[in-house]
Amino acid sequence: MTTYLEFEKPLAEIEGKAEELRALARKNEEMDVEKEAAALDRKAEQLLADLYKDLSPWRKCQVARHPDRPHCKDYIEGLFTEYTPLAGDRNFADDHAVMGGLARFNDMPVMVIGHEKGHDTASRITRNFGMARPEGYRKAIRLMDMAHRFGLPVVTLIDTPGAYPGKGAEERGQSEAIARSTQKCLGIGVPLVSVIIGEGGSGGAVAFATADRIAMLEHSVYSVISPEGCASILWKDSEKMREAAEALRLTAQDLKKLGVIDSIIKEPVGGAQRGREAAIAAVGAEIAAMLDALKGKKPAELIKDRRRKFLDMGSKGLAA
Amino acid sequence: MNWISNYVRPKINSLFSRREVPENLWSKCPECGTMLFHRELSENLNVCTNCDHHMAITPRARFTALFDGGIFTEVKVPEPIADPLHFRDQKKYPDRLKAAQKSTGEKEAMLVAEGEIGRTPIIAAAQDFSFMGGSMGMYVGNAIIAAAERAVKLKRPLVLFSAAGGARMQEGILSLMQMPRTTVAVELLREANLPYIVVLTHPTTGGVTASYAMLGDVQIAEPNALICFAGPRVIEQTIREKLPEGFQRAEYLLDHGMLDRVTHRTKLREELITILRMLMRKPPAVAGDLPAPKAKPAAEGAAPKA
Repeated sequence: MTTYLEFEKPLAEIEGKAEELRALARKNEEMDVEKEAAALDRKAEQLLADLYKDLSPWRKCQVARHPDRPHCKDYIEGLFTEYTPLAGDRNFADDHAVMGGLARFNDMPVMVIGHEKGHDTASRITRNFGMARPEGYRKAIRLMDMAHRFGLPVVTLIDTPGAYPGKGAEERGQSEAIARSTQKCLGIGVPLVSVIIGEGGSGGAVAFATADRIAMLEHSVYSVISPEGCASILWKDSEKMREAAEALRLTAQDLKKLGVIDSIIKEPVGGAQRGREAAIAAVGAEIAAMLDALKGKKPAELIKDRRRKFLDMGSKGLAA
Repeated sequence: MNWISNYVRPKINSLFSRREVPENLWSKCPECGTMLFHRELSENLNVCTNCDHHMAITPRARFTALFDGGIFTEVKVPEPIADPLHFRDQKKYPDRLKAAQKSTGEKEAMLVAEGEIGRTPIIAAAQDFSFMGGSMGMYVGNAIIAAAERAVKLKRPLVLFSAAGGARMQEGILSLMQMPRTTVAVELLREANLPYIVVLTHPTTGGVTASYAMLGDVQIAEPNALICFAGPRVIEQTIREKLPEGFQRAEYLLDHGMLDRVTHRTKLREELITILRMLMRKPPAVAGDLPAPKAKPAAEGAAPKA
């Protein structure tokens, strides 16, 4: 079952019709519908390509949040071997919104860390919809530290609506945990590469994405605030999320122009949710390329360059 | 030239702050309702003399009260690119900026200065909540980086007063990028082994709390200041329950191990001097040993006194 987004309704109708025709034909053997159904298929294919050719920022937000999109767990299973999850922050708990551990990427040992949203109701609740608590950031800090000590490159996969706004999270120092995680990213002498695979939600994303190289999937988004949140603050109307999404420049394409990210990973036609394997493979290829570009750099050089990258960021605006 | 900038500016400053006094000579404490005479209120650093409620104070007024003899020199902040996203909500971003500049008389939401407190040379940075909610955009990022670089150059500690609603949405992702940028600034101080003291004032929230405002060697807050990542309203909407009394206030954070101290504004200067002199391995400050305004100000770029 495909989950259609609101703007994909016309597509759902055409694909539904083709499916109905074929179902009829299965019951009724004299009927030959293949020609008509194939025509509908072609029409659907064309429509899909048209819809995704030039997605508006708000539509990209919807695609980035699509439930069928591959999530962190899928990328880890698809791209890494010997994945050995490491749990806990050694202070309070293990946060299931953040996955992380040792793994091999193309046989090379690395530390992989990412936000996991979950794929069904039960796992979404366990994963808290990818919204980490302080323990999640503190686990990541611990793993990054370990990677630094043992000279392992770090790969982070970003997919979070934001850090969890809860009572306990605040009491246990959500802000401090995020700040320390960003600080840890800046202080490790090993290559650190990030891919924004879905939603890059504000500080919760920055805490893992302060990296040497940052890539974004074509239809992922990365923003200081959700379009709904921005609309309700600046427009005093949360229904103005389309305008807010436009104004915030949260698409991979705009962020590349602003010099905030380094590369854009192409998604299959119709988004990563319609070609999960292809999307996962494309992300793998980009991780390999990013790690390759950092090969041979000394720890001090990595730290210095990473600092410089962020100090220089945004100095040119959209003209960058 | 130097003595002019060091010497004349405070006078201009004081003229300026005098003009800020409302036509109405009395103001009402928003907490207890007491009518306060303006001179009395500003002498008490905008803290209610009846209930100790800490009202907002501008960076300039704060620095005048903080530095020896009210003498300080502004540290230049590199100008960022204007309106990088061509952002427009109901108003254009440049128009919102201009309105804030007009109403505050300041260029942006952070002021950086160098000077001495209790004869201890420091760099200070203060965020201005009255300027677009103190929001952190590229200018604020540049200001913190400039403050840290200046501190490293002169081997001085940095004292930062935070006050902000969070990141400046009108600069979109570039405001978010001030979280790592300002963290780089903190790293520069750490590497140079220089004290970084954060004074969190009401309110300090969002991306500001989740970056430079929580990374101090010593974390001090003013009484009852709201300090949080997510605001109480957002949390109440998420968990659908009423939050406990005093939640996310300075004293609550102190109880939860997130702060070193909660200090009354009128005691802050003294406390900063004590802490800084110990961290800089200087002899104790002599009580009452505050230089008169005519004391020779430190020349710009001069080596710090060891």
